[in-house]
Formats: sequence, C-alpha cells, structure tokens
Amino acid sequence: MSVQTWTFIIVGLTFALYIGIAIWARAGSTSEFYVAGGGVPPIANGMATAADWMSAASFISMAGLISFMGYDGGVFLMGWTGGYVLLALTLAPYLRKFGKFTVPDFIGDRYYSNVARTVAVICALIVSFTYVAGQMRGVGLVFSRFLEVDINTGVYIGMAIVFFYAVLGGMKGITYTQVAQYCVLIFAFMVPAIFISMNMTGNPIPQLGFIGTMTDGSNMALLDKLDQLHRDLGFAEYTSGTKSMIDVFAITFALMVGTAGLPHVIVRFFTVPDVKGARVSAGYALVFIAILYTTAPAIAAFARTNLIETVSNQPYADMPEWFSKWEQTGLIVFDDKNNDGTIQYVADAATNELKIDRDIMVLANPEIADLPAWVIALVAAGGLAAALSTAAGLLLVISTSIARDLIKMQIRPNISEKGELLSARIGAVFAVMVAGYFGINPPGFVAAVVALAFGLAAASFFPAIILGIFDKRMNRQGAVSGMIVGITLMLFYMIKFKFDGFGGGTPEQWWFGISPEGFGTVAMFVNFIVSFAVSRMTTPPPQDVQDIVEDIRLPSGAGEAHVH
Amino acid sequence: MSNDNKAQKYWKENLVYLGILLAVWFLVSYVFGIFLVEPLNTVKIGGAKLGFWFAQQGSIYVFVILIFVYVSLMNKLDKKYGYDN
Repeated sequence: MSVQTWTFIIVGLTFALYIGIAIWARAGSTSEFYVAGGGVPPIANGMATAADWMSAASFISMAGLISFMGYDGGVFLMGWTGGYVLLALTLAPYLRKFGKFTVPDFIGDRYYSNVARTVAVICALIVSFTYVAGQMRGVGLVFSRFLEVDINTGVYIGMAIVFFYAVLGGMKGITYTQVAQYCVLIFAFMVPAIFISMNMTGNPIPQLGFIGTMTDGSNMALLDKLDQLHRDLGFAEYTSGTKSMIDVFAITFALMVGTAGLPHVIVRFFTVPDVKGARVSAGYALVFIAILYTTAPAIAAFARTNLIETVSNQPYADMPEWFSKWEQTGLIVFDDKNNDGTIQYVADAATNELKIDRDIMVLANPEIADLPAWVIALVAAGGLAAALSTAAGLLLVISTSIARDLIKMQIRPNISEKGELLSARIGAVFAVMVAGYFGINPPGFVAAVVALAFGLAAASFFPAIILGIFDKRMNRQGAVSGMIVGITLMLFYMIKFKFDGFGGGTPEQWWFGISPEGFGTVAMFVNFIVSFAVSRMTTPPPQDVQDIVEDIRLPSGAGEAHVH
Repeated sequence: MSNDNKAQKYWKENLVYLGILLAVWFLVSYVFGIFLVEPLNTVKIGGAKLGFWFAQQGSIYVFVILIFVYVSLMNKLDKKYGYDN
C-alpha cells in the first residue's frame, strides 16, 4: 500500500476515535466544561497535560531545531521540562486548593481587584491566541504534505474537528481526547526513533544510542563522529554551540518560568480531585513529556549525522527519492555554485550549495532512514494529534476567559448556569473562527511571537501568582504595578529588538547581551522588585485575603472546584 | 499545639523541602548544563561529554525524580500534621 493510502487509513481512524470520545464525554455543566468537574484521575491528567503541552512545534520542529543548533538546543530541552518542577513545587498544589477555574480567577480574588483580573485576562488572551494560530498552521502543513490537499483545506478540516470536540465536550471532552492523542503522538514519535537508533548504533533505546558508538565499522562514538563531521565542514562543534553563556541562561530561565505561567497548562491542575492529585499529576505529566524530550536530542543527532553523510560531497544525480520530493516543496534548495554536480554542504555561506529547512527533519526522517510506509503515515497522524490537542486546550482557555472572566465576573454577574455554559460554547466557536483565520492568513510575526509568549507569561503572570502564594503581605498595588511594568518592559524590548520599533537595535546593543527570547528573565526580576517595593510602601491586604493565603497553604479540605 | 501554630510549622517544613529541591533543580540544569559545561565536558559518560549530556539528557531525568521525591516528602508531611484527609 502507498504512503497516502496508509495516511488516509491511520489519520481517519484516529479522527474517528477523537470524535467518539468527545460524544461519550460531553459536558453537561459549567464545572464540567471548565475543569471536567474536577474528577480526572491524576495519571489521565498527566497524559492530557503532556498532549496539551506538546504542540506541533514540539513534535515537528523541535528535533530539527536542535539538529541545527547542537548544544544550544539544550535551552528548549531544559526550559520546557524544568518548568514542570516549578509548577509542581510552587504553583499546582496551591492553585488546586484555591479551587477556582482560571488564572485570572486567582489573580482577581487574591488581589481583590477587577483591574488585576482584567490585566490577567488580557495577558491570557494574548498568549493563547498567538499560540493557537501556530497550531492551526501546523495542521494545515501536515495535511498538505501527506494528504496532498491544499493547506487551507487542511486548516478547515482541522477547525471542524477541534470545533466539534471543544464546543461539545468542553474540558471533559478535551481531557479524554488528549489522553488518546498523547498515545498516538508518542507512539508515532518513538517508532521511527527506535528504528533509526537500531540502524545507526545497534541499540534500540534512542537515549542509549545517543551516547553509544556507531555500527558503521568506525567504532567511534556517535557524538564524536558528529563533532568531527562538523569540524571538517567548518561548522561549530555539535556539542559546543555558539550562543553566549548569559544568553543560554536567560533563555532557559525564561522558558522554564514561562512554562509554569502558561494559562492552558495551569488550568489542567484544576481538573484533579485534590491537592495530592495535583502534585502527583505534575510528576506524571513530566514523565510523559520527558519520554519525548529525551528522545528528541537523540533524533536530532541521528538525523544530522545521517543527513551530512548522505549529501556531503555526493553527486546530485545520486540523491534518493525523498530529496527531490522535499525539493518540490521548496524546503530543500540546491544551488550548484561551482557547477561540479556535487553537493558542497559547508558552513561558509559563499561556497555552501545546500539550504535545508529545519522543520523537515522529523517528517523526513522516516524517509531518510528508508522506513516502511505505515511508519511515515503514523508520523503524519502524530503531528496532527500534537497540533489538535494543543489547539483544543488553548481554545478552552480562550472560551473560559470570555465566558467566565469577562461575562460572568464583570459584565453580567447574575447570568444563569445555562446562559454561562452557552456563552462558553459561543466563546469556543468564536475562538475556533479566529484561530482558523490566522491559520489561513498567518501574519508574518506569528512564529516570532510564539517564542516570545513565554517571555510575556514569565514577565506578567508568574511573579503575581508566586507572590500571591508565598508572600502574605503582597497587596493589590504591588501585584498590579509589577504585572504592568513587567509586561510593558517585555513588550518594549520585543518591539525594539525584534520588530524594529523605538529606533530598533542590533544584537550588539542587547541589554546585558540578552536576546529578546531570554529577556523575559530580566522583565520577571523587574516585576518581582517593583511588586515588592510598592507593596511595602502601601497598606497590607485585608484580613479575609490574608486568610485565603493561609488556607491555600494547607492541603486538606480541597473540595470540588466550586463556582463561588 | 494550636491550629495556627501547627499550620506555621507545616509551612516552614514545606519551605525547607522546597529550598533543597529547588537547589538541586538549579544545580543540574544551570550549574552542570550551562555554567560548568566546559570543565564537565572533559569527562565522558558513554560516548557523550558530561556537560553536554546534562544539558540534553541528565537534567531532565533529575527533574522527573525531583517531582516524585517532592510528592513523597509532602505526603509524609501531610500525614505528620494530619492534613491528609
């Protein structure tokens, strides 16, 4: 059977599964719609969190990114996993004890202020929208490459599927669909990795193959071999990297803190039955994420070695079939500068003849390694599972923000349960439409902003939540001024150095040598300092708020997530 | 022991655990994976340089262990103070 037939079968089966689950687990109340009634078992929540978290970017782009960044790629690996330690130890248990539905809920109540709530809603919407647009694009890309439909048609199909189970099922439907999507995506990621690890190092476990020796007779360690190939072609050593130490530190820190501050991740910990469940489900989530995140650097190194050995100094005419297939998509470009018919792939831009888009590494990997057609189809289904699960989680945050944080808490406080549920569903419809629009007409800045969303979350939410739990003296004035200064500073730096506003700037002019991607770390510290200083100069929070803080620090008595 | 007093003590012990676990978190990622990556790279684990390995593998394994250590410490602490209902 051809790759395309296999893709239709596997993708069709997984879609039928998702829809079946959505019908079985549809939501009947706002509590079920927002937090699945607070009754999700911790291990299922762990899987759902992992699927929610690992987006099309993690599945499709990350290994390729690391493949081209070498050591520097570690910022993503450490940044996107280390955040869960912060989440498990400093946020999840306390927010679960607090027992509401959203991050703005917590901020609004803890800082007894609708201004604080509104600032939090705006931050949540900015972060979620930039993120979801990228997911829809990912869905479109996978469809167009593997099912050979138009990218826009792919986006419509993705919209229809997400629409169906997010609007109908709410958090309950999404949670159980994400459990299924996790299984699909991790299987799809691991199968080719195991095959390739076997081929190259003789070890079926990619994490061990990564530190193993080559089976090509050279008896060299895989990473030594790769370093040597890099040196020969004039690239920086794979295991050394090119970023400055301070920038690596700042980016890693911003990604960690941003991960812990992302609303669609935090909200997942409102769905478990109690505080104990919140702690352990963060642990399960990280196990499920770590399986992919420790495999990705192995795939990156295998793919890089494979690629260099396949193309470097080889005649163009001898290239395998996948090479020309990706050339047609424009993601591989060969320009025979010296007209010798051989591919010179080197660091020096003047003589380099090959350009490879790093996004193709995971998708092309099974073809490069000559794996069976069903494995290639599986990778397509995995990429779709990753994109759809993240999109659904984000859409839920958007619809909840609209229905609860804006309509229920601010515009029409006496809305009925039924009316609120209806407005949550309408919010989800609206969010799907907007996401689809951005998927079809992607603004040029989406990719750049997705990376910066972490900096925005780090600079705004994170200090306000942490201080709300760990500093009883923190008051409304402190938290609001901290959030505003933090996010403004981050936006200013982003616009100046990324989008050329405020006179622009070159990397030489970066403050402290820190890139816009890492600047969330600086903005976060500024937020902490401003919050602290302002709160100490103004009146302490009222007694009932201090009692809330005392209460969330103790694990017992966390009831079902409640409405009031 | 009054309720308030008990709650204070529970919170203090919790903060000590947090301090120790977050120190390890910082050590394996930022110290081993970033600040000391060059000196650690002179040592090898299998075919990989140790500093590089911490940045791309080791820190993640330690993160997972840290969360489960935290879960078990806190479960014991909850029991000790009677907050485990």
